[in-house]
Amino acid sequence: MGHHESNYEPKWGIAKWFDERLPVARMVSDQFIVFPTPRNLNYWWTMGMVLFFFLIIQLITGIILAMHYIPHADMAFNSVEHIMRDVNWGWLMRNMHSNGASFFFIAVYIHILRGMYYGSYKAPREVLWLVGIVIYILMMAAAFMGYVLPWGQMSFWGATVITNLFSAIPLVGDSITQFLWGAYAVSQPTLNRFFSLHYLVPMLLVAFVFIHVWALHVVGSNNPEGLSVKSSDDTLPFHPYFTMKDMYMSVVFLTVYAFFVFYMSNYMGHPDNFIRANPLVTPAHIVPEWYFLPFYAVLRAIPDKLGGVVAMFGAIMVVAVLPWLDRNPIRSLRYRPKARFFFIVFVVVAMLLGFLGAKPAEGWYVTASRILTAYWFIYFLVIVPLLSKMETTNRRMPGSITDAVLGDHGKLPKDAQTASSGQ
Amino acid sequence: MSVKNTLASFAVALTVLGGIGTAGAAQKTGDYGDKAHVERQSWSFSGLLGSYDKAQLKRGFQVYNEVCTACHGMNLLSWRNLMEEGGPEFTKAELEAIIADKEVPADPNDEGLTHGDDGSRLMRKAFLTDRILAPYANDKAAMAANGGALPPDLSVMAKARGIPHVAGNAGPSVWYKAPFVGLMEYGSWIAGTLRDIGTQYQEAGADYIYALMVSYPEETPAGADVGDRSFNYVFPGNAISMGAPIADEAVEYADGTKPTLDQHARDIAALMMWAAEPHLNARKSLGLKVLIYLIILSGLMYAVKRTIWAGVKH
Amino acid sequence: MTATMDEQQEGTSRRNFLYIGTGAFASVGVASVIWPFVDQMNPDASQKALASIEVDIAPVAVGQAITVLWRGKPVFLRHRGAAEIEEAGKVDIGDLKDPQTDAERTKKPAWLIMVGICTHLGCVPNGQKSGDVKGDYNGWFCPCHGSHYDTSGRIRKGPAPLNLEVPEYSFLSDTKVKIG
Repeated sequence: MGHHESNYEPKWGIAKWFDERLPVARMVSDQFIVFPTPRNLNYWWTMGMVLFFFLIIQLITGIILAMHYIPHADMAFNSVEHIMRDVNWGWLMRNMHSNGASFFFIAVYIHILRGMYYGSYKAPREVLWLVGIVIYILMMAAAFMGYVLPWGQMSFWGATVITNLFSAIPLVGDSITQFLWGAYAVSQPTLNRFFSLHYLVPMLLVAFVFIHVWALHVVGSNNPEGLSVKSSDDTLPFHPYFTMKDMYMSVVFLTVYAFFVFYMSNYMGHPDNFIRANPLVTPAHIVPEWYFLPFYAVLRAIPDKLGGVVAMFGAIMVVAVLPWLDRNPIRSLRYRPKARFFFIVFVVVAMLLGFLGAKPAEGWYVTASRILTAYWFIYFLVIVPLLSKMETTNRRMPGSITDAVLGDHGKLPKDAQTASSGQ
Repeated sequence: MSVKNTLASFAVALTVLGGIGTAGAAQKTGDYGDKAHVERQSWSFSGLLGSYDKAQLKRGFQVYNEVCTACHGMNLLSWRNLMEEGGPEFTKAELEAIIADKEVPADPNDEGLTHGDDGSRLMRKAFLTDRILAPYANDKAAMAANGGALPPDLSVMAKARGIPHVAGNAGPSVWYKAPFVGLMEYGSWIAGTLRDIGTQYQEAGADYIYALMVSYPEETPAGADVGDRSFNYVFPGNAISMGAPIADEAVEYADGTKPTLDQHARDIAALMMWAAEPHLNARKSLGLKVLIYLIILSGLMYAVKRTIWAGVKH
Repeated sequence: MTATMDEQQEGTSRRNFLYIGTGAFASVGVASVIWPFVDQMNPDASQKALASIEVDIAPVAVGQAITVLWRGKPVFLRHRGAAEIEEAGKVDIGDLKDPQTDAERTKKPAWLIMVGICTHLGCVPNGQKSGDVKGDYNGWFCPCHGSHYDTSGRIRKGPAPLNLEVPEYSFLSDTKVKIG
């Protein structure tokens, strides 16, 4: 993993013996105990640990639910109700899993926006960023297929709408959708394979999370100043400083999560999903889970079937290529006020798109969706590249992380420490 | 955390919550003003300390058993559920008396037959472990008996319904007002979400069922055309296949409670909520302990974090 | 100087108390979270509710036997004739591997009710149907590893350690038995 010298020294004979054969204790020590981490990381950097916790929660509760769930079109709905009613603690397992998915996304969105704000995608972290995008896409796949499993009305029609996106592809679209369904509509074969894939995707997630952490430990963490680590003064060992900070935030997150699990268990779901799937009746108003809403709004903003699908996938893809759209050497938006302004607008636009995604696709909601969708693409494809070229800092940057935390930048400006050389 | 950071986190939290609030569905009903509006009721089972009122559930079950069961079933529940902890908690003897005259389709007899010589379904006496079935052999029979409408199963009805949106937003009158109208709508939506979270609002289904029961007018309002169906103020589209199922004194309560329409409606809504969420009592009481534990642990972890970072500038 | 050291020590012990206290508090939480994740695999409420069944024994003639499913296991109900009852009664219980009198194993001598699972490794013994091999003692014979049971379902020969298990049951009437 990381390229720093190992200072792990086994204390006992057996540990030494083991270390020579499988240096797992050395790896843990090097990567998660003494690992040098920028001392100025703020609370926005705690989402990694939070996400790790939610991955574990989802894996464990998911394995348990799979022990009681039946992936059959006639029995899936009842088996979920069986879990909620009869299985010992089944209601807890299921509430943890369904709300866990939402909290997984809350944490991942904070994580992504933090990366965007502090320029964590920039060199040398482009691969780290891309692996993160892969994780995000896998999460969306897992969440989508998981939502289909209870086989309620929203499950069924959500699956129908999303799989029909592929029918927009010219020539082969219909063949692809039939391939996905294993039938001529969403039905038993679809449910059965979604269950299998819903179990597979988390395994891929675990693998990609490992790669993500690996990539992180090769280049080290970015930090709020966006400055590279220059000396050992700039860093602190990961344990106990960041383990405890991360754990603290994780417990705070778990508290909010527990509030939803125990008191608002169905708030983030939809009433229609307590109606058994019926291929003959579409609900009055189909909405996806909240974490897909901005992209759903983009999809509906475009008045063309293929165009909508392309725009929706494009909206994710422009985020993936961000490292190549923004080549400004200053990472942190703390030192780029113009870029910061447009970023904040972007965040608000994303939230408003989420709001519009939940509204019926009619009247002025559509107009608003179009304007905001336009901003999404203009932001990534025009504003970011332009500012990348034009914007230079209007403020003297600190020479190092240590200077920044000791607060002497600004007071003691050094000529050498200008924006371009500061990186 | 600095004040600025705290504010920033708060802003993010607000917007994320706004995102969560999209859960509610929107359905338009006709323009009948307040009558079409589903009001929030006060329920014993709402909030952090809520739990079911056993007496109310017993009354609700009486309404179900004497009225609803003529058309509806609750096939995700078994009779035994009515004596389990956290529900109406009938005694076994009471329950056996209740099911004494109930029958369920029999298993194949020794000759492997499920139907008698006259083609009728063989029945046997219901056990406590049997499901609470609808009175029809199948959906087709149910529809035939109800003029083509299928009486829905009531097991999860209280979770399968929300509060329908009344009267859609027509949008701004002139285009340049759009941003303001939009932001106002977004703001009120976030405020509604915060209110829901503050009150742990999960009783939309019960509120709707109550409202549905009490929103049958004596006469269909002028101008409303519901065909051979009944008029209901809160039902989406106003034309409902179910005629007013309960009225004053529909059921004579065993516990002597005054049998008004309002009382019946509240009791049946509470029963529906229990049927949909039978473990609510256990969930909320455990939840309180878990929350208190986690809040204390958060405090301790914060102290640990502070102690470790004491003296380290960051 | 001494005072400062005392203060330092006091600070250290306060810190240690906080760390150990928080660790202990967190451990209690983790420990209590484990139970639901284990308990979910135990029989659920619908399984527990099926823990007892009622069987109509009116159609079972003398010499006949029926098998019913109870808690997922076969239960043998045998309507025994006088000869079988006598045969079961005259066995010297001192000779038995698992000593039990026939009276201990039945509530009404005519009805032998027991779980039809060999106590060796869980196979279902033969002997319920008229054409079955009933073993050397005219009761039941387990084909898996050759255990012979007598007309009271007691182990007489073979690897099984115990007699066939008698479940909890009661006669609700002359023709109705409740098992479990």
